[in-house]
Amino acid sequence: MNKSLIYGLLLSILMVIAPHAEHLPLWVSGLCAGLLLWRTWLTYGDKALPKRWLLMLVTFAGTAGIIFNYHTMFGREAGVTLLVMLATLKLMELRKPRDAMVLVYLACFIIITNFFYSQSIPTALYLLASLTVIVTTWVHLQAESIALRPRMRIAAVLLLQALPLTLILFILFPRVQGPLWGLPQDAYASTGLDDRMSPGSLSRLGLSEEVAFRVSYNGKPPRRDQMYWRGPVLWYFDGRTWTPGRTTLTYPPDFTDLGQPIDYVVTLEPHNKTWLFTLDVPDKLTIPAIISSDFQVLNRAPVHARMRYAARSNLVYHANVRESERQLQRALQLPRQFNPRAQQLAAEWRAGSKDDETLVNTALRYFSKQGFVYTLQPPLLGSNSVDDFLFNAKQGFCEHYASAFVFLMRAANVPARVVTGYLGGEYNSVGNYYIVRQSDAHAWAEVWLAGQGWVRVDPTGVIAPGRLESGLSAAVSDSAALPFMERNPPQWMRDLRFNLDTLANQWNQWVLGYDSERQFAFLTRLGMESVTWQKMALNMSAGLGAVIALFSLFMLRHLFVRRPDKVQAAWLRVCGRLARAGLPRAAHEGAQDYADRVAAAHPALAANIRDLAARYSALRYGSHGGESVRQEFLQRVRAFKI
Amino acid sequence: MEHGAITLTQRRIFIIPTKQGFMLGFVLVLMLLGDINYNLSLGYVLTFLLAMMAVMSMLHAFRNLAHLEIRPGRADPVFRGETAQFMLHFNNRSKLSRYQLCLVQPGKSFWTNTNTPLKFDVPAMQDSEVAFPLPATRRGWLQAGRLMLYTEFPLGLFYCWSYLHFGTRCLVYPKPLRVAPLPSGSSPDGTGKRSVAGDEDFSGLRKYTPGDALPRIAWKAYARERGLQVKQFSTPLGEELWLDYADTPDRNEEEKLARMTRWVLDAEAQGLRYGLGLPDGGLPLRHGGAEPSGAGGAAGQLLPQSADFVSNVSQLPSNNGIAHRDECLRRIALFNLPQQGQP
Repeated sequence: MNKSLIYGLLLSILMVIAPHAEHLPLWVSGLCAGLLLWRTWLTYGDKALPKRWLLMLVTFAGTAGIIFNYHTMFGREAGVTLLVMLATLKLMELRKPRDAMVLVYLACFIIITNFFYSQSIPTALYLLASLTVIVTTWVHLQAESIALRPRMRIAAVLLLQALPLTLILFILFPRVQGPLWGLPQDAYASTGLDDRMSPGSLSRLGLSEEVAFRVSYNGKPPRRDQMYWRGPVLWYFDGRTWTPGRTTLTYPPDFTDLGQPIDYVVTLEPHNKTWLFTLDVPDKLTIPAIISSDFQVLNRAPVHARMRYAARSNLVYHANVRESERQLQRALQLPRQFNPRAQQLAAEWRAGSKDDETLVNTALRYFSKQGFVYTLQPPLLGSNSVDDFLFNAKQGFCEHYASAFVFLMRAANVPARVVTGYLGGEYNSVGNYYIVRQSDAHAWAEVWLAGQGWVRVDPTGVIAPGRLESGLSAAVSDSAALPFMERNPPQWMRDLRFNLDTLANQWNQWVLGYDSERQFAFLTRLGMESVTWQKMALNMSAGLGAVIALFSLFMLRHLFVRRPDKVQAAWLRVCGRLARAGLPRAAHEGAQDYADRVAAAHPALAANIRDLAARYSALRYGSHGGESVRQEFLQRVRAFKI
Repeated sequence: MEHGAITLTQRRIFIIPTKQGFMLGFVLVLMLLGDINYNLSLGYVLTFLLAMMAVMSMLHAFRNLAHLEIRPGRADPVFRGETAQFMLHFNNRSKLSRYQLCLVQPGKSFWTNTNTPLKFDVPAMQDSEVAFPLPATRRGWLQAGRLMLYTEFPLGLFYCWSYLHFGTRCLVYPKPLRVAPLPSGSSPDGTGKRSVAGDEDFSGLRKYTPGDALPRIAWKAYARERGLQVKQFSTPLGEELWLDYADTPDRNEEEKLARMTRWVLDAEAQGLRYGLGLPDGGLPLRHGGAEPSGAGGAAGQLLPQSADFVSNVSQLPSNNGIAHRDECLRRIALFNLPQQGQP
């Protein structure tokens, strides 16, 4: 096999497996890199391929390694790893053109597996680059004689021609809402909020730049300190970790005295959990969802794909003023064996307060006066985590404050619970929407006060008011620990970032989020009435047909040979007449030779045909030939009779 | 069957997917299922891109053949056991290079053709000459028959083909025996005796043709890079050799003809005058007029000179020279063969 063809295949495989290096086990990346280098070296030095038994050995060892690594051969991660390894090994036993073809198909398949991890704009551009390399190699495989430049040109032409057709297909191909079959458990990577909160779990998220969701408000956005996006509500405390606890109660919440409604649209990134984020408290939602008795909005299935919903919330409310006794009992659960000092402090407060509201304010005053520090890097806490935090460390992130506050409330016999979610968001002035990142994750508390229902209390707001008003960077004391963009970057960088995010948002909405629903909306807006799949298929075929027809015209126009000119046509008529008379002109015969042959066979025609042949040769091959000469010739042809 | 040039218009070109094409279809269906299941928008894009590239490659494959003009050329006579070269002229009048054209003899079945194709490119605006090789396994006329011109360019997903049937034929001489001493016969009219004279008078050089005796090759001329040349010697008149079928000692007809072939070659190489005698009826020759344009090649073009004395006799009077040699070989080649379908 041609050397440069092998280099092409090597480059194709390298390009498609390179993005996987990030999440493959290190030994697989190393093995693949080693194999690629080995193959390059073998090709460069014209050396023989390794023996079959050696390759078999490597294949078996590699497969065993993957099974050992993932404890399975199936599932997404293991499958992708196996595919990458096998494709690289296939390079080592490239013998027939068929093997090369298999590699080309494998390369295309590996590109698709790449989309499990990223479908961003750079990924799409990288896809085009890889595909160009693959198709160039593919063309080379068919025609070894063809040089690199025309090869690349043909590949580029094929790709460019396919692009508009792909656009038509993308828009009109009837979309089916997946999944078609059950997905393996590890089908989706997940970052984001968890339904467990222990010291450090939110501060870890605080370092993540990933987008959780984007919001655009219809009308004036609320104040920043009203942007509490409600996530999982945590009831049960085991002394260290907060969890939702077990509940058998499901009844709708009871909201009264509502005010200050606000409408907004959320584009939620997939987080593989069921909860949907809404501002407190949710009123309406455009998609079917459940609202739990503790005001969480839950999707029916885990959110595996990007999702869009419009919602309305009321920022002013009274929630569950009449709460069930069992629920209030749940809100007082406490592991009594831990944190004796905190329990003692709570008992002192209880004794000194005339009602629950005074007690809450006492607690908040305590947090503001005792020199607490808001930090992303709190010190480790012992087994009496609340005591340790309240009386020794006095440094913590929002989860420490929320946890300690709720503990104190419960110890003082005030029903309370922890609420996690997101706070605030970054305004993108370019796209006029808010970006809520994982670093905006937050935890706060809710206490139940007689006559007021559940009331939000955010102890973080007392310690670091900046967190509520302008975000994390203003609130934490040690901003060096934050990612660069969370500190205060120069304005142009901010602008660039907003522009890129706007682009990414459009991409997410229109390209990645183009599902059956969007398709329906888009086609209706284009003017298609009653969108059915038959109609889409019909339009699709028509569109494809039209574009392909256009391409054919464009591509084949070089081929249509010009019609022979009048002189030649006239001469061909003469030949035709003679052919019918039994004297066809041979393909190799020139006019003069033919005339001589005809003259020999039919002496009667001799003068005439010789004259015509001479004139024809002069007109066609000579340099002079005015219009009059032409006319004369044509006339003589008309007069020519056998 | 065609005479003269063929232009590959769309009516002559057929197209179907190859095995690879079906394979890609299968891969694309798998990809599409994955896209739907995992809701991969970019996966849809990739799947559609590949599918549409495949569709466009069909048009490219068609264009690779379309409007090529093909003319049959000569096919020089060969000896049995050699490879006949049928010349074909591919005229590409467009500005597009045609890549990876393949010419092959169709197999028994369309799907399993084991014949090895001849692959070539035809650059833009060029007239290329292509020699299609066919093994010459029997003496007589070797028909090129129906050839298949196909291409799988650019992606190998579509098989685009057209049939070429020109009726070109190539004359196959019998394979000469390796060694066969010349007979000591004389011409039937009794004039002249065989003589090995003629070796003495060097009269010039001529181009080498297959079958020339090695000692006669002008190695000095070859060393001066003037190509392979053969020394020619004039033969005094009257020294004639009669090569008669009846004088061959072999039992088998083919062996007799092989021996006679060797005789003719040696006699010509030695510059002798020689005549040929074959049994009656063993002369399937057409008389008078020119050979049909598509046939015969060199043998046909040289025929008119010898046509003067070709009549219904099976004997060729003594003479020498290339034309005479070729005529002798031609008669030996066609001896006792049924007339082949030729106008």
